[in-house]
Amino acid sequence: MIGNFSFTYLGYMVQSVGWTLVLSALAFVLGMAGGFLVMLGRISPRRWLRLPTQVFIEAIQGIPLLILLFIVYFGLSVYGFELPSIVAAALALMIYTSAYLGDIWRGCVQAMPRAQWEAAECLSFSRWQTLRLVIIPQAVRLSLPPTIGFLVQIIKMTSLASVIGFVELTRAGQIINNSIFQPFLVFSLVGVFYFVLCYPLSRWSASLEDRLNVGNR
Amino acid sequence: MHFSLNFAPLAPYWPVFLEGAWLTLKMSALSVVIGTALGTLVAFAKRSRRRLISRLCGIYIESVRNTPFLVQIFLLYFGLASMGVHLPTFTASVLAMVINIGAYAAEIIRAGLESVPRGQIEAAECLGLSKWRIAWHVMLQPSIEKVYPSLTTQFILMMQASAIASQISAEELTAVANTVQSDTFRSLETYIVVAALYLALSLLVKLVAWAAGEYFFKRRRTVRRAAAQTAQAARRRAAAARAGNPAASGTSAGNAAQRSVS
Repeated sequence: MIGNFSFTYLGYMVQSVGWTLVLSALAFVLGMAGGFLVMLGRISPRRWLRLPTQVFIEAIQGIPLLILLFIVYFGLSVYGFELPSIVAAALALMIYTSAYLGDIWRGCVQAMPRAQWEAAECLSFSRWQTLRLVIIPQAVRLSLPPTIGFLVQIIKMTSLASVIGFVELTRAGQIINNSIFQPFLVFSLVGVFYFVLCYPLSRWSASLEDRLNVGNR
Repeated sequence: MHFSLNFAPLAPYWPVFLEGAWLTLKMSALSVVIGTALGTLVAFAKRSRRRLISRLCGIYIESVRNTPFLVQIFLLYFGLASMGVHLPTFTASVLAMVINIGAYAAEIIRAGLESVPRGQIEAAECLGLSKWRIAWHVMLQPSIEKVYPSLTTQFILMMQASAIASQISAEELTAVANTVQSDTFRSLETYIVVAALYLALSLLVKLVAWAAGEYFFKRRRTVRRAAAQTAQAARRRAAAARAGNPAASGTSAGNAAQRSVS
């Protein structure tokens, strides 16, 4: 059944952009929470906390997100955990995001000069106080560009949720393509939608990075 | 519902897994080599003084970097098929990966090129080096050396992104996993095995990249060796001073005294 592209399809696509955004937001918020914990574990003075987090980061960074998604969705369903596809996608994305964000943020926290820790110690701040009042506020500024850059990655990665049947932008494209079979047009449009979502964020991230770099130029 | 991981049913499938891993590796290696070459060209072209060329390169880089790989691969594979060009899945996946890595590598290498000080290029011009030699010796080599870590990261990410090629049924590792799990109904175990294989592949790529870096970047090796020698010399001097060796400390003190006199 080969038909023409109509505005109904376009409406369907716009609607599915909403689901892409919902999934991205879920993954981002959950991943930020997880990433914060991972970051804390990674910079912890306790070895038994630091080592497992490092193994976690290395392992997740060595596994494709698609496989992670399959483990969460198909792997667990065999054992009776029938997750809805949005939950599975959000969970897999969260695990993936927390490993990467944790590593990014660790870099930002460790980029803070050693002297600041020592100064806080002289003021008899506790470790947590030092982190909360001295280190993190400065590290946040530094971490803003890479975090936004990673948000772009997350938006792009939500396209993988189409594989487990969650109807977001890419899946909508597939469905439309199955009915009208105009892959060039349909997937170009899908690409344009992603571009419209991602490009402003990329530019924002780049401009923030430039602004942070002013001192070094 | 009971929890028991049983890897035994997967044992007969190990040649299939290895074959899939081999294909993944082959696809990644091929696309990394071609993609980096493309990226280098694009990086230079992006810096070109001709507005049209640099604008076109900018469009290429931004459009690839801001759309998902899955969509790119669909566009390439199904899009070309609808226009009558039927690519084999292997070719289509490698082509998509080359296009993808070309854009990312271009951006990374361009960052390296930007960091080459203007003065060095001018110095090379004063020495009468040809345009090509400047590009190769003064600009490209040091910048690749500088951005080598981010390039490696990008290669590993690309290797993992090749999993997405399973969606156009290229018979690589992930597609193999899908087949095996529908044969054995051991999905969790299958995917765990495949995850471990990808992890091993990532480590392998890291190792190879590190070894290649050691081999190609002689300067880094030399600098490190010089630093080690300096440190060793300092240590020896300190040890000698601690032992109160009259010969070592005496001569240096004598030299210093002589120098201050003259």
